Amino acid sequence: MSDDLSTAMLRTESVDKSFVLHLRNGLSIPVLRHVGLSVHEGECLALTGPSGAGKSTLLRSLYGNYHVDSGRIWVRHEGTLVDIASASPRTIVRVRAGTLGYVSQFLRVVPRVATIDIVAEAARGLAPEAARARAEALLAQLNIPRRLHALPPATFSGGEQQRVNLARGFIGNHPVLLLDEPTASLDGENCDVVIDMILAAKRRNTAIVGIFHDARVRAAVADAIYPVSPLQDAA
Amino acid sequence: MSDDTLLSARGLTLRFGAVPALVDVDAELWPGEVLAVVGESGSGKTSLLNVLSGRCQPQSGVVWYRDPEGRLADVHAMPQPALRALHRSDWGFVHQNPRENLRMGVSAGGNVGERLMARGARHYGSIRAEAIAWLAQVEIDANRVDDLPSTFSGGMLQRLQIARTLVTHPRLVFMDEPTGGLDVSVQARLLDLIRSLVARLGIAAVLVTHDLAVARLLAHRIMVMQRGRVVEAGLTDQVLDDPQHAYTQLLVSSVLQA
Repeated sequence: MSDDLSTAMLRTESVDKSFVLHLRNGLSIPVLRHVGLSVHEGECLALTGPSGAGKSTLLRSLYGNYHVDSGRIWVRHEGTLVDIASASPRTIVRVRAGTLGYVSQFLRVVPRVATIDIVAEAARGLAPEAARARAEALLAQLNIPRRLHALPPATFSGGEQQRVNLARGFIGNHPVLLLDEPTASLDGENCDVVIDMILAAKRRNTAIVGIFHDARVRAAVADAIYPVSPLQDAA
Repeated sequence: MSDDTLLSARGLTLRFGAVPALVDVDAELWPGEVLAVVGESGSGKTSLLNVLSGRCQPQSGVVWYRDPEGRLADVHAMPQPALRALHRSDWGFVHQNPRENLRMGVSAGGNVGERLMARGARHYGSIRAEAIAWLAQVEIDANRVDDLPSTFSGGMLQRLQIARTLVTHPRLVFMDEPTGGLDVSVQARLLDLIRSLVARLGIAAVLVTHDLAVARLLAHRIMVMQRGRVVEAGLTDQVLDDPQHAYTQLLVSSVLQA
């Protein structure tokens, strides 16, 4: 698929990944085998499969958060293809800053920093004032009341923390966005907000790979499906 | 060694009697990059910091530093006055115990201004103004500028040390457990302060810590040391979330969840 090679924003070739547990006598658990997927500008690819099949492992591998055993993970970064699977840490830091965004399931931030600052800090290419204004608008869109913006999110509910995490993930307008269950702890109304944000990102030509447990959300945003199936605990 | 490398160490070896502190250690740092060195007590991480910064001579190996003009200098072959000048200007050192760096008999403002004077600043008014501006950056009230550090709390002393270190805009800062020994409530604020200052000023840093959470929040890259050897190195979140080496797996899985 030469067409794919020339236009895909993210594309994997035969990615294998296993976990070797040295504290369990070197037990090896294979999780991913021969993963080949691709996603283009303005497209959303949904990873599907039963719990424990390796969807999050795959998504984390695409971000360089997990180390893969073999294969390629090509990301189009500022016009050139970078292989996340073999890139140096410095290159991955640069690709994440410029191209590859990630919304994890859990918010992990410096304690005692105000919510507004956590979100504004993740903005790219905006002056501090503009970044704060954009952060406020995103938090408001995600129904985080203004009175909470100055508070650190540590005491927020799970759903509120997830929405802060989403604001932080979307403010950067990264060309490629990885979403790990972005609506897992959200109610129906907030799910609709997230669907709108994902559709708006697609219209801006963002390429998205996501895990969406909620079938309604998946149907609303996904253009294609990549099924991840559990491997036997071989070897 | 790439043309951009700020600091580069090759084959560092150091023994204290029969105890190996460093065994054939390589390290590299780019401008603006934060490298965390983690490991248990006695793993050699502080020895590495002392050798990289020229405070301690290795038995073998070499440390290169690239100055702002692009010239390479062998840190351990430098004459002592040149090394001291480097520590006063391009480099900074943040100790776990701020009293090792601060002059306890000199006012807070004097502690900050002294680094400027050592670099050649002479105008009293502008030195005082810059000292006050730096105290504000580290959230020390301007009306404490004439107070002695001995009247400060542990967290304030650490922030004062950071102001004293960063006032000359060093390109490279060595940090030895900068949040160690502080109350947890103070640690968070200090971490956020270090993170934002280092990012805004584009400072490169080598950070020694036994606290993996501190490494995760501050560092781009991480090196895991055990008995003087680097057993694993790489992107911070990859090493902490998907550790490959048995010792790193043990270290990561031993952390208590609060």
